[in-house]
Amino acid sequence: MNFRLSDEQREMSETVRRFARARGDSGARRVAFESETGHDAAFWRELMALGVGGVVLPERHGGLGLKLIDLALVAEALGYAAAPGPFLGHVLAGLAIDLCGDAAQKQRWLPALAAGEAIAAIAIAEAGDRCRPEASQIGVRNGALTGEKRDALFPELADVIVVATADGFALVEKGAAGMTFTPRDGADRTRRLSHIAFARTPAELMPTRAEAAIGDAALVLLAADAFGGASRCLDMAVEYAKTREQFGRPIGAFQGVKHQLANMAVDVEPARGLFWYAAYVFDAAPEERARMAAAAKAHIADVYMQAARLMIEIHGGVGYTWDHDAQIYFKRALFDFAYLGTPSRHRDRQAALAGWSARAHA
Amino acid sequence: MNLDLGPEYAAFRAHVADFLARHWPPAPGADPAQAAAAFRREAVEAGFLYRSVPRIYGGGEQAPDPARARIIREEFARAGAPRELEGPGVSMLVPTLLARGADWQKERFIPKTLSGEIIWCQGYSEPGAGSDLASLRTKAVLEGDEWVITGQKVWTTLAHLAHYMFILVRTEPDAPKHEGLSYLLLDMKQPGVTVRPLKQMTGGREFNEVFLDGARTPAHWIVGKRGEGWAVSRTTLKHERDAIGSSARTEDMFAKLVQLARSVEIDGAPAIERADIRQALARIEGYVLAQRYSSFRAQSMSNAGEEPGLIGALNKLNGAEIGHRIAALAQELIGDDGLSMPPLGRKGGARGHEKWVNQIMGSLGVAIAGGSSNIQRNVIAERALGLPRGHGDGA
Repeated sequence: MNFRLSDEQREMSETVRRFARARGDSGARRVAFESETGHDAAFWRELMALGVGGVVLPERHGGLGLKLIDLALVAEALGYAAAPGPFLGHVLAGLAIDLCGDAAQKQRWLPALAAGEAIAAIAIAEAGDRCRPEASQIGVRNGALTGEKRDALFPELADVIVVATADGFALVEKGAAGMTFTPRDGADRTRRLSHIAFARTPAELMPTRAEAAIGDAALVLLAADAFGGASRCLDMAVEYAKTREQFGRPIGAFQGVKHQLANMAVDVEPARGLFWYAAYVFDAAPEERARMAAAAKAHIADVYMQAARLMIEIHGGVGYTWDHDAQIYFKRALFDFAYLGTPSRHRDRQAALAGWSARAHA
Repeated sequence: MNLDLGPEYAAFRAHVADFLARHWPPAPGADPAQAAAAFRREAVEAGFLYRSVPRIYGGGEQAPDPARARIIREEFARAGAPRELEGPGVSMLVPTLLARGADWQKERFIPKTLSGEIIWCQGYSEPGAGSDLASLRTKAVLEGDEWVITGQKVWTTLAHLAHYMFILVRTEPDAPKHEGLSYLLLDMKQPGVTVRPLKQMTGGREFNEVFLDGARTPAHWIVGKRGEGWAVSRTTLKHERDAIGSSARTEDMFAKLVQLARSVEIDGAPAIERADIRQALARIEGYVLAQRYSSFRAQSMSNAGEEPGLIGALNKLNGAEIGHRIAALAQELIGDDGLSMPPLGRKGGARGHEKWVNQIMGSLGVAIAGGSSNIQRNVIAERALGLPRGHGDGA
């Protein structure tokens, strides 16, 4: 048994973490958060230059040919930095094209997505709490897509949007006719969401069906992001408790604060193993994929939310201000909690996938 | 990263099952105790039990591998076969001797402890030294080639049955409190040792007070050097905490909880089909899975000589917290069986699910033994998170 990172895995995630943290802490996160679009083109270019756009894409299409665990480690590093931008939609769309597209579709898009020369988005959710791609109802008729998707990440920026439909994933190109975006006034301003209405929009179906797998990959990456964010909340709270003085000593000297921080650590740190495992089985044991993805998203989204609450509480008044980045982490936690289904929805799936019934004695 | 969840592990499971089919249950009419002992010898020989202990000391000597260990646990449980013995000797003293003991101590004590011929108790807590263990006052004085020990120990599990005690005593009264302790081994069957049982809230009597009045032990029955007792006891405490916080323990308990939810009905419907119960189970399972795969990670890293970091300090508190959550849901599930005082012991004449009341009480024991949860929080905060030391208990 070997459940540890290789030197290469560690090096890549450390590189992304160092870059995202340095740039995020020195202003990129805040600037994007306050900006009109939430996108920092220079930050995105440099991130893509690290190879992050093609982690799981095949080498023949310009990717690194790695596994979902490697991509999840990148997502963790970006979550740690609360890095802004279209990463999540971009990599999920790329994975969908790789799993579902024909040779021409892959050739057209994957090299550009891997290199970061093009940006991709993915549209999964629909009204009525349909947060799984396989539950999509809108369809493609005679090469045209009509209907509405909700809460796609940065679709306005995208050169190509991968749209989950009842007939599989479809590709819609930038500027396609009949497509309108309605931005959500989102809480997490590092990851902007828009609803998309399609009215007989030209769309190209991809031949292979893998909606469930893409839905699971999305949950794993959200769990990884949430773990990164939660561990940053712990680090920030510990750091603040060591430096902030009241009653003539650092507040971290008080047992009440110590115990809160210890409780945070006990919730946060073990969750690392869960998102690793969910990412690992995505490739290594597909029969466990759906259940572990659901469990990881449900558990770690809750952990992040709680860590963000406690982190702000420990910061006191300054943590409640707009100007402190504590609020950005809190809002990232809101996003990871609600996006593509709340924890309780995924716990329902986790229970169903476990075969928990009175009859089955598995 | 490779968990080998595939063919190699399936083959290992088949290998374990095949072993069990050949060795358990014993022939009808065999003496149960002798049959269990004989089975354990075979299972150690096959490398299934005491996997971390070298063969020269009666262990199975295998590379650490939680996935294989889990397969063994599952298959042994399925077959109803005897597993490793429990208790302070196996879980705490053996690892401590392996790490810090003299060769003669390992040879003399480890094999017979693993086989169950020697039973140990742990002499740590005293009436005035619980969480503040290093303030203990039981003293040992060297007279000729013997230590003479005077004092009192308390909450001493199994003292009434134990042949020996591993005991923390003050041997250097003038040294600072942590540097004045030594770790001795002591024969319990002697005139200077008096054991008085204490009844626990479960009704059980595994707990004892132990009075030491001129008890004697040879000078070389010391583990480590004089004054090193605190460091040696940390080795043991770490093993106690790891045992209490192990993911195997919580996984087993969670599996039983799921079985309980399958078997009980609430308002005429199976509990496990109710949305609220499923949510509660899934929530707990999140913690169980997180603990399990973090322990895989930590084990893999220590196998590779790497330091797994924060997680090592969290195990015990994490296990205790999961135990609380399992207890709370079990209480909901057993309904009015929770009004009953369960019969003692594992078998007993339980009619319904009242034996869960033992687990519900036992989960509290887990939160207290081996360093209470609040002490764990202090340790995590100060040693793992680097917060200022001290009690900080007022302005």
